[in-house]
Amino acid sequence: MRHRQIATIARFTLLEALRTRLAWLFVIVLGLILLTAYFIQQLAITESLRLQIGFAAAAARLATVFVLSLHILTSMVREFNDKGLELTLSFDLRRSHYILGRLCGYTLIAALFALLATLPQLLLAPPQAALQWGLSLAFELAIVTALSLFCIVTFTQLMPAASFVFGFYLLARALTAIRLISDTPLVGGDTLSHRAISLLLDALALLLPALDRFAQSAWLADGTGSWPALGANAAQAALYVVLLGAAAMFDFYRRNL
Amino acid sequence: MAGERSLTDVPRAVWFALLGALVVQIAWQSAQPRPVASAVALTAPPPLAALRVASIGEPIVLAQLTTLYLQAFDNQPGISIPFRDLDYRRVTQWLATILQLDPAGQYPLLMAAQVYSQVPDPARERLMLDFVHAQFLQDPNRRWRWLAHSAIMAHHRLHESELALRYADDIARFAPAAPGWARQMHIFIRENIGELESAKILLGGLLESGEIRDEREFRFLSERLEEMTNAEKSSKPSKK
Repeated sequence: MRHRQIATIARFTLLEALRTRLAWLFVIVLGLILLTAYFIQQLAITESLRLQIGFAAAAARLATVFVLSLHILTSMVREFNDKGLELTLSFDLRRSHYILGRLCGYTLIAALFALLATLPQLLLAPPQAALQWGLSLAFELAIVTALSLFCIVTFTQLMPAASFVFGFYLLARALTAIRLISDTPLVGGDTLSHRAISLLLDALALLLPALDRFAQSAWLADGTGSWPALGANAAQAALYVVLLGAAAMFDFYRRNL
Repeated sequence: MAGERSLTDVPRAVWFALLGALVVQIAWQSAQPRPVASAVALTAPPPLAALRVASIGEPIVLAQLTTLYLQAFDNQPGISIPFRDLDYRRVTQWLATILQLDPAGQYPLLMAAQVYSQVPDPARERLMLDFVHAQFLQDPNRRWRWLAHSAIMAHHRLHESELALRYADDIARFAPAAPGWARQMHIFIRENIGELESAKILLGGLLESGEIRDEREFRFLSERLEEMTNAEKSSKPSKK
């Protein structure tokens, strides 16, 4: 019974995505990226395929994250505004199951997005590299899905939720580079302020997932990906989805509807 | 909070999931190795046009961030002589790209003249000084101080007096906005390497030109000219 409720919510989440023509929107965005990548390839004097793969992969990764998180945020805002949430919860349904259902539905959409983004790469890059990159992208999107859901449940409004999601995402991708820069100051390395900032960065690194290790375009362009690295991505994604899912449930249970 | 329900309304399973996942996340990230930059990992800089696009209208900020990025490849913990491991041609490419993004910036020139040129390798040091010289020629009035430092480095560290003299001559020739001491440097280098006659002519010309307006500076330079003349008469090289 409970599983059926979760599956039903997930199915309706998928249906909503289909009816709002999300897939078409994403295909158009992906098409534009591939066209631009082809244009860049035509401009290149050497390493043209490498350039095309690298640009297409990096741009598709960013676009996928952007479109997916915006879809989740607007979909949930619509649910709040239309009072669909109150109607759903008036049935015999646990709040945690509602969150789980939504999470499953959105994660399925994320997996479809990753699949669509990987298909062109299968034509350009070696199949194994494309497969590893696509799976890693799916894991990254799973984290973005849980993050978007958590933010919209917590903030309930689009602007603060979107700002948090994109800020978090950018920080999680840049944190390793920021720590490297912070670790090697030319002057003032022993000052109190520098030590405090280093500690803060180390603390952030404990809490944030290292998204720079996910879906790197070098995996496609240079074949540097590996199955152990992909396994680490999978473990980190699973862990973080549980963490953010639980945080979303926590906030949702505390809310007065 | 008035708009929220009590913490006891949150089921135990959710509490456990949240706290458990948080603890495991921290443990997982603690077990990851610290990021370490590798000296050989410095790749060629991206094309300037691509960087301009990436800067989305803020090239100065991107130049500053790029400088910090480049800086992270040297002075790395665990590497005894990091500059030796760097590809200096790549480093100069990065520095030139940064200067093209932000021509008014002095940071890349400071890095070249004061940081990267400290490498205990004359060839690499010379490469950095040449880079500073090439960049000076593009904007002499703003970049003269780095070439002045390079001239001193060339003279005292590399012991290449001809090189030092060439740099000092270029400051005098191309950087009218530089202060007197920098534009007079070529005279004293000449004096120092024994070209007393040339130094005397240049210093005399400078004093005649009326460019020296400060009375004390004029007196000091006149005394130096007199010293040079006396030294030449007694056929002894100047000690300065």
